Amino acid sequence: MSPLPTPSQTVGPFYGCALPSPDGHRVAPAGHPQAITVHGYVRDGAGSPVPDALLEFWQPAPDGSRGGAPGSLRRDPATGGHAGRDGVTFTGFGRVATDADGHYVLHTLPPGGVPYLSVCVFARGLLHHLFTRAYLTGGQVAEPWLAALPAERRATLLTRPEGAGVHRFDIRLQGEKETVFLAFD
Amino acid sequence: MPSNLPTQQGISCEIDQQAKAYAASGAVRHHPPRDYPPYRSSLLRHPRQPLVPVRDPEAAELSGPVFGATDVTESDADLTRGQAGEPLGERITVTGRVLDRAGRPVAGQLVEIWQANACGRYAHRRDRHPAPLDPHFTGTGRCLTDRQGRYCFTTVKPGAYPWHNHTGAWRPSHIHFSLFGTAFTQRLVTQMYFPGDPLLPYDPILQSVTDATARSRLVAAYDHDLSTAGDALGYRWDIVLDGPAATRTEGSRP
Ligand SMILES: [Fe+2]
Repeated sequence: MSPLPTPSQTVGPFYGCALPSPDGHRVAPAGHPQAITVHGYVRDGAGSPVPDALLEFWQPAPDGSRGGAPGSLRRDPATGGHAGRDGVTFTGFGRVATDADGHYVLHTLPPGGVPYLSVCVFARGLLHHLFTRAYLTGGQVAEPWLAALPAERRATLLTRPEGAGVHRFDIRLQGEKETVFLAFD
Repeated sequence: MPSNLPTQQGISCEIDQQAKAYAASGAVRHHPPRDYPPYRSSLLRHPRQPLVPVRDPEAAELSGPVFGATDVTESDADLTRGQAGEPLGERITVTGRVLDRAGRPVAGQLVEIWQANACGRYAHRRDRHPAPLDPHFTGTGRCLTDRQGRYCFTTVKPGAYPWHNHTGAWRPSHIHFSLFGTAFTQRLVTQMYFPGDPLLPYDPILQSVTDATARSRLVAAYDHDLSTAGDALGYRWDIVLDGPAATRTEGSRP
């Protein structure tokens, strides 16, 4: 008999000393010529910024490989603190907390084989994380479930270009322009 | 103290109503609903639209991040070490296995924890609880699971702490856990509670898991065989990750 799942609980307000790292948002190796920036705001049902959300990003490497690599959260054995990424390895994983304005920034490389970044949202007040996707295709979508969404809903999954290599992706947890969140079962 | 906050009695009444509505629904729900009014912070932070199902065997979420020796240091699993002195409090070990929903061990994956100190205070600037900080305790740890999916932490038992959901709101002692599986879909952040804690029935965060047996899976078991003489009391807590994983093997990836 299969075991039953452990229930989710909120990440709460005090994850800050444990989960984020100073370069969690720098998934692209330093100085990489193909690096892109994805940024935006996380807002609640009243339109207020969510200053204590934690976003995680997962994606295939530019060559389409999905194996990832260790090194997203390197530690320094001498000090016990953060050692930072090694500056070369593409791990496919990013983690960034929103700032006091509810803003986040991610530097990464374009995903290979899929047109999106996978996003997982955690926050105080959110009892179970939410999955969504940031599509980087400039509005062109092939997947049937995505094409079947009303245009207004679909738009919440599409990043907006903001100049060379910069993409805007806001997350609205509730209400007007509420982000489409996804279920995988 | 004048306050617009609800009372514990009011919140307990709401918790009771939610439990009754769940029982009457006849459904089985392992996770908390995101819309759970007794936990006031959920009110503006849950989507009103239903989740959109993605049934795509090629979804990137069926793979996930990996971690390795570089992402942890050996002493990270012992929260009582690494400082100038010993933290105050009751020393405990917490151990268990991380499994996927097919019962397979999740090997070599990252487990991260964070917790309040023995007085119920987090080493976090925004924690205003006027209990003392412990200069010898940061309350954060991490480790990789072994081949059988086992993790093990040594720490001190966290204290309960007050919060502002309602008047007289106290969180039961708990340790926050963050877990990764072999797929991003299996991601889990949760909290482990302690057996016999009298605060458990009053806590809207734990009670948001309206299924009583699911809720019991968040409570560790005291295990006297794990307790080490003169050192630490032992608790056992197994974790089962939900969500599908890729069925294709590593070699078949593009
Ligand atoms: Fe907590």
